[in-house]
Parts: sequence; C-alpha cells; structure tokens
Amino acid sequence: MDKRIMLGNEAFARGAWEAGVTVVSSYPGTPSTEVTEAAAKYDEIYVEWAPNEKVGVETAMGASVGGARALSTMKHVGLNVAADPFYTAACTGVNGGFVVLSADDNGCHSSQNEQDSRFHGRSAGVPVLEPSDAQECKDYIKLAYDISEKYDTVVLLRSGTRVSHSRGIVELGERVEHELIPYEKKFMKYVAMPAMARKLHVAQEQRLAQIAADGCGWDINSIQMNDPSIGIITSGICYQYARDAMPEASFLKLGLVYPLPMDLIRKFADQVEKLYVIEEGQPFLEEQIRAQGIPVAGGKDMFTIQGEYSARMIREAFGKDGGEEPVDTSDAPGRPPLLCAGCPHRALFHVLSKLKTTVFGDIGCYTLAALPPTSAMDTTLCMGASIGMAHGFEKATGDKSNTVAVLGDSTFLHSGITGLLNMAYNESKGTVIILDNRITGMTGHQQNPASGKNAKGEPAPAVDLKALCQAVGVKHVVEIDPFEVKDLERIVKEETARDELSVIITKRPCALIVKQPGIPYEVTDKCKNCRQCMKIGCPAIEIKDGRPFVVADRCVGCGLCARVCPFDAIECTAKEEQ
Amino acid sequence: MNTNILIVGVGGQGTLLASVLLGNLALDSGYDVKLSEVHGMSQRGGSVVTHVKISDDKVGSPLIEEGEADIILAFEKLEAYRWLPYLKKGGALYVNTQQILPMPVILGAAEYPENLDEILADRTGKLKEFDALSVAESAGSSKAVNVVLLGAASKDLPFTNDAWIRVIEANVKPKFVEMNKFAFTQGQLA
Repeated sequence: MDKRIMLGNEAFARGAWEAGVTVVSSYPGTPSTEVTEAAAKYDEIYVEWAPNEKVGVETAMGASVGGARALSTMKHVGLNVAADPFYTAACTGVNGGFVVLSADDNGCHSSQNEQDSRFHGRSAGVPVLEPSDAQECKDYIKLAYDISEKYDTVVLLRSGTRVSHSRGIVELGERVEHELIPYEKKFMKYVAMPAMARKLHVAQEQRLAQIAADGCGWDINSIQMNDPSIGIITSGICYQYARDAMPEASFLKLGLVYPLPMDLIRKFADQVEKLYVIEEGQPFLEEQIRAQGIPVAGGKDMFTIQGEYSARMIREAFGKDGGEEPVDTSDAPGRPPLLCAGCPHRALFHVLSKLKTTVFGDIGCYTLAALPPTSAMDTTLCMGASIGMAHGFEKATGDKSNTVAVLGDSTFLHSGITGLLNMAYNESKGTVIILDNRITGMTGHQQNPASGKNAKGEPAPAVDLKALCQAVGVKHVVEIDPFEVKDLERIVKEETARDELSVIITKRPCALIVKQPGIPYEVTDKCKNCRQCMKIGCPAIEIKDGRPFVVADRCVGCGLCARVCPFDAIECTAKEEQ
Repeated sequence: MNTNILIVGVGGQGTLLASVLLGNLALDSGYDVKLSEVHGMSQRGGSVVTHVKISDDKVGSPLIEEGEADIILAFEKLEAYRWLPYLKKGGALYVNTQQILPMPVILGAAEYPENLDEILADRTGKLKEFDALSVAESAGSSKAVNVVLLGAASKDLPFTNDAWIRVIEANVKPKFVEMNKFAFTQGQLA
C-alpha cells in the first residue's frame, strides 16, 4: 500500500478527496489553512476562498443541498463567524454529505483565544469527531461523510494545532466518486421557518440519540483494557500524550466526542477501579460523564483548563517521576515574531508611532506592530473589530482627532465592510486605514477577493477597494504607497483632523510575494547615531560597536531605513540592476 | 530504537525542510515517524521548533518533551541555549554558530548571553559548533544551512548515505539538488 508522510491538514484534504468531495469553500486561519490549500491541488475538487467563514459554510451547505459532498474549513474563531448558518444547517440536515472542520489552538500559538469547538458542536446539535494523528485525520473525515449522509446531519470535525500541524505516515486509498444526490424541493426541510423548525428540532434530537447509541459500536470509540486500576477516557491529541505517559493504564479512546456513546462509557467505567478523564480545555467530556452519575476520580481537579498538555504533565499528575529536572534557560532573551524585512506595514506603523495615534487594530501580520519598538496598536479583538471599536470609541468620547482603525485588505473584506457601512450610515467622523498588500499574509499567502487570483492560483476579478469604500458612502478615500513616508504622515494628519469620515488605503504588496531589490543598504559615515532607523523595528538593523548597522544578508533592499534617516546617512550599496 | 531530533532556529531559516527530509528518510527506511511544526504568527522571525520522532515501534505523541531529545540541530546559537532543556543527558547538540539578535536585544531591553560556548559544552554529551552558514555559502547558497547541519549530524543517525542522497533528490527542487548534495557532504566533513 502506498504510504506517504502527510501533514494532518493534508491528510484531511486527502480523505475528503478519497470520499468524493467536489466542493470546498473556506476562509484561511491557522491552524486550519492547509486543508483547503491541499484540497485545491486536486483537479476533481472545486475549491474557493470565501471572503469569510459564514459565506464558506453557506456555500458548502448550498453544495450539499445540490447533492454534492462538501467541506468548509476554518480556525476555531472562524466557527463563531460561521455560527449562524452552522446552527441552522444543524437543524435542517443535509442532502450530500457536509462536513465543517474547525481547528482549535490550545496554547494560542497563532490565535487571540483558546476556544473549544466541541461546545459549538453540542450547542448546535451535530456529531463531533476528533482525530488524534494524521492517519486518523484521513480516516475520520471519510467516516464523517458516511455519518453525514446516513443520519442526515452536518458533521463537525474538530482538529487542533498538534493534529493539524503534525506530520505522520498515512496510507493512501483510492478516490470513490460521489454521484450527485438529486435535489428535490423539500420546503419542510430546507425552509427553516418557525413551524418547520419546531419539527426539524424533534428530528434532530432523535438522530443525535440514535448516533449516541450507534456510536457505542463504532471502531473510533475503542476500549483498550490493560491494568484495570486506572481507566482513562480521552480523545484527540490528549490520547497520544496519555498513552505515552500511562502505557500500563486502560483506555477508552473516543473518536466521537459528541453525542457521547454513554453506554460504552458506562461499560468501561464498570471495568476499571478508578476513572479519569483527560482533555485539554474545558471539562466537556467530564461534565457530561459526571452528569450521568458515573464517578470520575480525576478530571479538571488534576489538570488545567489552560494551555496544552504533555505526557510529562500527565505522568506527574499521576505521581510518577517526570524525569530529571531540566536545566533552566529561562534567562534566554525572548525572540518574539516580527514584521519581515521589507514589510510594507512597517512604514505606516512608524508614522502612527511617531504621531502617537490611538490605533484600533485588527487580526493579521500587522498585529505584530503592537510590540516594541513601534508599539503602535491599542486594541485587537477579532476580525474586523478595528472599525466597529473605533466608531464606538468616537461615539463615547466625542473625540477622534488622533484615532484610527487599521486592518488588512483581507480582514476588511472578511468583516470590515459592514463596520465601515455602519460608520457611514451613523455619521462617524473617524479614519479607517486599509493595509492593501494584495494577499492574506499571516496565514501563508492565500488569495482573496482583492488579490486578482482564485484559490487555484488562476486569474480572477479583483475588487476595487476605493470604489467599494465610496459605494458605502465614504467621500474621502486616499490611496498612497506607504513607503512615501513623508506624504503618508501628512495624509494621516489631514484625514484624522478632518471632520468627516475618511479611508486611507496604503498600497504596497507583501514583501514575500513580490521580489525585493535584494541589494543591501549600508550606514555611511554621515550617521549621527540619532537612531531613528532603529525605531522602525527592522530585523536587518542591529547595533554594532555602538552604532546602527545593516546586516547585509538579512536586508532585502526595501530602503525604508534610508527614507526615515534625517541625515541621508543610509545608502544602497549598488544601483539596482535593470 | 527511538530517536528524537529537535530542530530549532529562527523563522525563515529553513528548519521545515530539514524535518521533511528526516521524516521521509525514516519512512523510506521502514520506521514510524511523526513530526510537529509551527505555522502562522510565530514563523515571522520568531523562535521556531520542529520535533522529529523516529521509532521502530509506533510513535505516539508527536512532541519531544524536556529531557527527551537525542539530538538538537540548532540553526542559531541563542536558540541552541533556549532549547537546551529538551536535550537528553549526554545528548548531541549541533550548532550553527551564526548569531541573529532578537528584537529585545537590538533595542537594548535584553542582552545576548555571552558565555554560551561554555554553558553549551558543560551541559551536552557531544557538542559540535561550527559556522554552517559559511559552509553553506561556499557550497552555493546560504539557504543550504539545513542540509549542512543534517550532514554533520548524519553520523548519529541510522540512515545509509544512499538513503540520504535519495531523499535529497526526491524532496529538493531539481535545480538545487546537486548543490544540496554537495552541501550535505560538506556538512559531513565539518
């Protein structure tokens, strides 16, 4: 059998392909992005980047109603955005199989919170499957499509950073084509009006009860009896940690984490002396198990709700020796992530830092501008919130004279447009700055409606951001190359002083997708050591022998440092080659 | 046989390719293997780590924990120090002596530790420090630091020379294959 090393996310895509999926619509978000990127490489699958997760889920639901097997992927916070269609699709059920994949980020590697997607699954009333490694990613998504069609339900597949972003050996299978299930008009099913919704809810609870019963016999829920004195119920990545930590214990590994196969859990509980529940995040399994009157000897009283678990943590919680105390290197200076050398965002945040502007920020690479030396961000909440918050701040304080909302092109299209519409409608006088770098940057360069390409990399229509802003009612829209630093500073001052709503669009492509000049700059003897160049926070500029110094192999030749130097003391080492 | 290799460096240094090569080597040589890596925000010039766990039995958790790494490949000196707690007692540490100052050091808010050589020597079973960047540059590209470090560490790993060459040929872009093969052999000599 053909075996390959695959990222968990690639294995999800492979499984979707093998299951005959033909439509994928998603919005990128770490750690989920590579599922849809990998799916885009299969010719048999139509794959698109939607402007946000809500549109992605609606599109996939439409595909399901049309009879196809459909997928929508997102990070945990994306499921909040998609919650509206998700919760009601959970009631109506499906036609072709429909799987929603949400990847959580315990430990906040690349997220604004540690949210537990299982609760969305329970709250919406859909089965939730949780794989623990790359092979299971492929197997579970295939099973999810069978469950979806057999029980007429949306299925939520819960992943996480350590499952999505770990690689393992995966056995490949063949694709089984899925014929479109003919669409039939069923308004009692697909039109969720109150009279129908009440009946749909009855059917929904019945299928959940059926799944809970049937799940007791599914292979993905398995009892592994060993020493009966310790029985551990766990799922997902925690299964891997717990197995490494407690190889002598007995296990009930759950692949179905909602609805719980309670009869199987009860059977396991009866076979072991002491029952433990090990799960990262909230006591989701534990509380449901306790609510059935099944005694749990250890759960969240032994393990934290915050962050990630480890085998060592579990060993120590059971009183085992964790191993030799490691050497302490906590005095190592931190190495926070940075805006890249050549990043177009750096120029704007240099200006905002200089002007001491209050900045309502947003989600993207540019959130890094909150860190020193620019320290030019006051808030970050969720996708698109910069605009709404700046608006509310203005309404509360009556002052917007040195306040801006800042967000990227993709974030603006995701959920900033409605905020801007609100500002225009409710007569805000604020200033919104859109960082237009022609790509969705932080998640690894996905296309979006402004980038001119689609998810398959083919040419696509690009939205005109200026015309869009004007269309919602913004009279003053200025476009500028942020590297024209002096003009940018003047424009920011003018627009924030203006007594009317305005938008500034900074236009310069991401330094990682457009070839940079590559010819390094150097600090000449005209340098007066004023250190203005240090304030832009470029990773290529260090202090050497008490003076700023450009590290040639890190400099991409963008020249921003030369533009901010008041003494013309930074020069390009050679003329740009033609 | 269990071999845990931690690959540490600074976002953008090419740590990911090193782990992909190791993963495919393990697969080709009949071992089970899991790798875990970092995507997203931390990649942007931050401290990055990739875990590689190889076993002739089944690998469970994809993460190497403190005190469990047989080998650490450090693409940068401060990162070697930061991740030292993960090295097994007596484990091998391969360090590219390149120093990349983190922003808090550049801004004067923290200091780059000075006596790292002594500390590293004191706490490892086997320490190999060398200028892998210069070796890579003389082999043809500064981007080949990953393959140079793998070459240096290859004698501690259970793979044949042929297997190494095959995995480079299969996983590196065709026009860079010869350069990477040369860089690998230069790493072996380092």
